[in-house]
Amino acid sequence: MGFLTNLINGISLGSVYAIIALGYTMVYGIAKMLNFAHGDVIMVGAYICYCSMSYLGLSPLLSILLSVAGCTVLGILIEHFAYKPLRNAPSLSVLITAIGVSYLLQNTALIIMKSDPKVFPSVVEDLPSVELFGGELRIQAITIVTVLTCIFVMLGLTYFTSRTKLGKAMRACSEDKGAAQLMGINVDMTISMVFAIGSGLAAIAGVLLCSAYPTLMPTTGAMPGIKAFTAAVLGGIGSIPGAALGGVLLGIIEIFAKAYIGTELADAIVFAVLIVVLLIKPSGLLGHTTTEKV
Amino acid sequence: MEKVRHLSKATRSNLITYGLVTAAFIIMDLLIETGSASYSLMGLLVPICAYICLATSLNLVVGVSGELSLGHAGFMSIGAFTGIVVVQLLGSGTNDVVRMLIGLASAAATASVAGILIGWPVMRLQGDYLAIVTLAFGEIIKNLLNNFWLGVDKYGLHFSMKSAMALGLTDGGRVLINGPQGASGIPHLSSFFAGYLLIMFTLFVVLNLINSRSGRAIMAVRDNRIAAQSVGINVTKYRLMAFVIAAALAGMAGALYAMNYSSVMPKKFDFNTSILILVLVVLGGMGNIRGGVISAAVLTILPERLRFIGDFRMLIYALVLIGAMNLTYDTRLVEWRRKIREKFSAKRQGQDERGGVSGE
Amino acid sequence: MNRLEKTVTADQRQETKMVPVIVDEIIPERDRGRVALECRNLSVEFGGLKAVDDVNLAIGKTEIAGLIGPNGAGKTTFFNLLTNVYKPTRGSILLDKVDTAGMSCDRVCREGIARTFQNIRLFDSLSVEDNVKIGLHTQIQSGVLSGIFRLPKHWRSEREFHERALELLDIFHMADQANVPAGSLPYGDQRRLEIVRALATNPKVLLLDEPAAGMNPSETEELMQHILKIRNDFQIAILLIEHDMNLVMGVCEGIAVLNFGKIIAKGTPSQIQENPQVIEAYLGKQEED
Repeated sequence: MGFLTNLINGISLGSVYAIIALGYTMVYGIAKMLNFAHGDVIMVGAYICYCSMSYLGLSPLLSILLSVAGCTVLGILIEHFAYKPLRNAPSLSVLITAIGVSYLLQNTALIIMKSDPKVFPSVVEDLPSVELFGGELRIQAITIVTVLTCIFVMLGLTYFTSRTKLGKAMRACSEDKGAAQLMGINVDMTISMVFAIGSGLAAIAGVLLCSAYPTLMPTTGAMPGIKAFTAAVLGGIGSIPGAALGGVLLGIIEIFAKAYIGTELADAIVFAVLIVVLLIKPSGLLGHTTTEKV
Repeated sequence: MEKVRHLSKATRSNLITYGLVTAAFIIMDLLIETGSASYSLMGLLVPICAYICLATSLNLVVGVSGELSLGHAGFMSIGAFTGIVVVQLLGSGTNDVVRMLIGLASAAATASVAGILIGWPVMRLQGDYLAIVTLAFGEIIKNLLNNFWLGVDKYGLHFSMKSAMALGLTDGGRVLINGPQGASGIPHLSSFFAGYLLIMFTLFVVLNLINSRSGRAIMAVRDNRIAAQSVGINVTKYRLMAFVIAAALAGMAGALYAMNYSSVMPKKFDFNTSILILVLVVLGGMGNIRGGVISAAVLTILPERLRFIGDFRMLIYALVLIGAMNLTYDTRLVEWRRKIREKFSAKRQGQDERGGVSGE
Repeated sequence: MNRLEKTVTADQRQETKMVPVIVDEIIPERDRGRVALECRNLSVEFGGLKAVDDVNLAIGKTEIAGLIGPNGAGKTTFFNLLTNVYKPTRGSILLDKVDTAGMSCDRVCREGIARTFQNIRLFDSLSVEDNVKIGLHTQIQSGVLSGIFRLPKHWRSEREFHERALELLDIFHMADQANVPAGSLPYGDQRRLEIVRALATNPKVLLLDEPAAGMNPSETEELMQHILKIRNDFQIAILLIEHDMNLVMGVCEGIAVLNFGKIIAKGTPSQIQENPQVIEAYLGKQEED
């Protein structure tokens, strides 16, 4: 049963990574930038939800909606003020700016919410956990909700990018911004939308993450952010199914490493797996290689 | 004649850099002698020197070789702990200068071995992929050191990945590296003067490399990988060369840094430290060695000076980062700078512009 | 051919005559020694698309050969195969009896094939002189340690680098621009610098990808002189892709025509001009009128 419990926990954690990684992948696909601040948007989302539940006494569902709305706006603002002026700058400069935004969010949170960890109230407190095999295997409600959310988000995004007008515009922009613009696509607006969607997903991920691991600090988002990014690269950055697959795999590897090898070395193993995968398949599991035209 | 003028251009730029560092050292030294340097500033001197070395070495990777590395602190960490172990093993019987030198040399050696081990396979990757792998590498090093115990007794060195008890040291044995607690009881061998010498050495290596056959090959790969291959340059070799030399220099800087404190923990050399070093390089101007030196000095002092405003200090730091990048690439400002430069170059017509290591 | 008559001096023409024109499918055994580069059954496929299809071509040791064809015929792809930017799916590339197919790009260059690029690829941030010095990289040796520690070897090699770079730049009278960043050169000079850089590698075969693109007629005229001069001075084979027919017909001794990845014609300039298949490839099938 230990194995099964670990597997379920791994999938659950992996689902959170997957949702974050989806945001990472979409932003990378269109803006060709590593948005390091993405992890900190998770933290902001979790804080908004925490505040609205603890201080305003709103219902969990309303709090989540508020948190998603807040992060969506935050994402658009970040893109507009920090990244947009750098559209033509070298990627390294954009990366540095993203790091700056990350520090900015962390330290703003530090000033407003202070550094002491907050205990995050679960958003699914009322739901019962499921017991299988006569109580031997207990699956928490949050686990089920997380996995379902992840599946829903992935399917939704796949539909969105392949069927809707805005989704197609997004794909066009990620192929060739200049050509997309000539076809009458508003590139700036499309990029803003991607940041909005990515940040909204980050808010959901933040709430789910903190419901499962209820310690909330200004640095809460940093490590999951980095891991989700690794997940995105593992699955093949730019690919939506890749991000989901990478996220779930990473979660499973992490939980199993913690269970069988040791908590302390879990992160090292997660990153080692990433390195090995990249060496064998440099474009990630589901990514496709692009060759430079000579 | 042409040759003399040409050489002196690059050399002159380098001499200014050496001169700047030396002048800053002398001035600081005078301030200390006369007792006008604050206590907190004096505590910062060796870290500043270490960060200047780190920025210079990372500049070799990021600016000169054009690769994004997010794991520079990993090499710093390897160098730091190697240096500590070696000077501890040499014991106080050995002359301090000799101890320090052997410590630094072994730090460089292990860091460059780590550089080769990670660089050899990884140099097949490019761009953001290389960045993420270096990030992963930095995290792995930190994690491994957090789980690494090393001790010495009369039977020699023992190591364990479990705990200090697992070392099974005999009486009189001592723990050199104690897992997450890191190393303690480090002999205080670093000094401002040692830091100054290490800066000069790092600059010497990096600047000379840039202005040599190998350096040109490294920059050729940065500017156009395919063209570099088309003229017969082994791309992997030169990317790896820059990476490994930078790793060795970072290892030495790490050892210098560690021997300024009585104890050092592995978590000091985490992702944030890597990013900090990267920020020094970027704000100083990628590929601009002198700029990196200046920004390393300023940005190490700045957060300390801003300590009185408490939590707002990192906020300002963040805003400085975002602002600096946005102002550099703001289209209006770029246009304005271009005009100024045109005016400027029109004035000194005929004079050619060639800084040895300039690269805005 | 008229143009050649007008622009090439009698002296140069004499040397031109000495050069064998080799355009046969496979070179006869007795002529092997005269061949600089030969490819046999060279093919590459990208996902089922045959970009270069079973190409047989040989270039004589001091021949100037032209590769022409409509846009998208696979000319640049062919160059990329010769320099191993793309790995050939099938076939061999013989350079002085050494098969270079499958070697890494840098190794191919060291074996003796140098090239320029259609979309110019200079080391933009480095000076003109440094660009040529990088071209000389494989010609002058000096290790990394002698560079860092400024050993005598470093100074000796640097002097040689400098002298030979200026010498090479002098071919196109560019020595006075030695310290200008390559990226800020005018377009035509960038193309010339690419040729100098390729020459610096001391090649046996020089591949020029549209060397006259973007040049005006008088610049092109000058370039033709230079191409002849380079061949005569360096005694190397030159294979060039070009759309400017005046240049191709003016300097090339042998011409191959590529269409849809296949060689559809080979011959001397006059043979090519009269070849109905070539005319069809360029102008399309003549409608009955």
